Amino acid sequence: MIITVASGKGGTGKTMVAVNLALVAASKRPGGQAASKSAKTLRRYNAKPLLLDCDVEAPNAYLFLKPIFKTQEEVTLLVPEIDFDKCTYCGRCAEACNYNALAVVTEQVLFFSELCHGCGACALVCPEGVIHEVPEVIGLIEEGRATTPLAALDFAHGILEVGRAIAPPIIRQLKQRINSDRLVIIDTSPGTSCPVVEALKGADFALLVTEPTPFGLHDLRLIVEVARDELGLPVGVVINRDGIGDEKVEEYCAAEGIPILIRIPFDRRIAEIYSEGGLVVEALPEYREQFRDLYQRIREEVAQ
Amino acid sequence: MRQIVILSGKGGTGKTTVAAALAHLASQEASVILADADVDAANLELVLSPQIQEEGEFTGGGVAVIDPELCIACGRCHEVCRFEAIIPGDEAYAVVGLDCEGCGACTYICSVEAIEMEERLDGKWFRSQARYGPLFHAHLFAARENSGKLVTLIKNKARDLALERGADYLLVDGAPGIGCPVIAGISGADLTLLVTEPTVAGAHDLGRILGVARHFGIPAVVCINKYDLNFAKTEEIAAWCAAQGVPMMGRIPFDQEVTRAMVQGKPITEHSDGAVTEELRQIWAWLKARLD
Repeated sequence: MIITVASGKGGTGKTMVAVNLALVAASKRPGGQAASKSAKTLRRYNAKPLLLDCDVEAPNAYLFLKPIFKTQEEVTLLVPEIDFDKCTYCGRCAEACNYNALAVVTEQVLFFSELCHGCGACALVCPEGVIHEVPEVIGLIEEGRATTPLAALDFAHGILEVGRAIAPPIIRQLKQRINSDRLVIIDTSPGTSCPVVEALKGADFALLVTEPTPFGLHDLRLIVEVARDELGLPVGVVINRDGIGDEKVEEYCAAEGIPILIRIPFDRRIAEIYSEGGLVVEALPEYREQFRDLYQRIREEVAQ
Repeated sequence: MRQIVILSGKGGTGKTTVAAALAHLASQEASVILADADVDAANLELVLSPQIQEEGEFTGGGVAVIDPELCIACGRCHEVCRFEAIIPGDEAYAVVGLDCEGCGACTYICSVEAIEMEERLDGKWFRSQARYGPLFHAHLFAARENSGKLVTLIKNKARDLALERGADYLLVDGAPGIGCPVIAGISGADLTLLVTEPTVAGAHDLGRILGVARHFGIPAVVCINKYDLNFAKTEEIAAWCAAQGVPMMGRIPFDQEVTRAMVQGKPITEHSDGAVTEELRQIWAWLKARLD
């Protein structure tokens, strides 16, 4: 099962929800799992949960889980390298590039590597065959395991190199770690465009985190359009900082038939724990049960 | 004309709240043009009551379409596509629009010319008369590519109008993150104001966005929002900024009035005269001094 945590607006609490949800899902339920009707399914999903931080522009989940990284791999993009001895400066490569990453001006080919998507069109069209593609590092993936008093889980994140524009190749490579038998929880970047779509694709459930304010509602509508309407995913909402604004998010969810799975109150203690890189379900046991319920509700929604 | 871009790395630190307040303060003494460069989730319009005066369509990039009548199912398009956007079929291959990044590589390899790039409406841009001056904003349609291109489009329009009118300031509210819309947003700026918060994540992402500003040679200054939620973290960030040689413009306190102002659709500086407004006035004064 893949649960992807998203939000249109930034700073609504995606990472806080993803990290705490992953921890309670990884932890043993008091009383034992065998008591549960769906114990088999539960055991399967509980088998080694994996948290993937796909917010490669601002990868923050590791600050809370403090994993020990065991492996590191570079993410590369194939970019053109031109043999200038043989180049005739015909300009076909620049014409073919739909990202304006190549420009040919009198006896010179300019390459703007931060715009390159690594599609290979330039090499395909070069009539002289003098464009070779070479890998260029655009980011890094780190993988390891996080152990907290409550639970242990596998963790991996991607880091887009500063100055680079294109996040999706890193997300794609990061998501190769998904296998269908395990529970995978994915944290995403804010927004609604390519990196978010890349992270959401293939999810079994999109958990949308919002806050009860005009900004929160406006951006919730947008992410619902992406996750539910464009990608056809089942969605559910987390209202974070419940009570700070107005009732419009509740009204919207009711009108759209979107379940509100958990309301996390505006609690200054949560803000303080978060600010220090702490874990809410570790520091405030009363929230542990709430996050367990959230996990349970998601499983019920997915089972439907 | 001086261009100020507001960024943060981490989302939700208060970029739009600060941008709306600065728009209000700047407009009291100078002429200002505004641009919302967060085209994924444009929120500035929610607090500036814009009246749309002009709108236009945005076509970011094409999508490949395979004509099944012409396709001979040779599979070469599938081989060259780096985005796994082409799915095989017995009689004809097909493109998954959502996965297509519009590169066109498949059109070049197809030997029977069965593939064409089709333009697609990816969003809309608007020029509005907002509360404090002209506002350029845009909506990228759900799940579309090329947010950076749309940011560049509205920024160019805003800059042209600013130059035409001899405006004093172009104020740009940026997107979270450090990727393409942010890079498009920061380009050409005279100064970037980085809004952070006193949390480990805020500090972490401040380091990343400062790296971007430096990479592109844009001078950066910092302000800490909700600074009193964690005094120790605030001091840590301030000390780090000092060590990096990045000027600190101010520390904005946490105040629930900020949310109330948002609910009423107003910038905080117009809503109330509390400590937040006072600090924002000071930040604006510092910013002006730096830009002169």
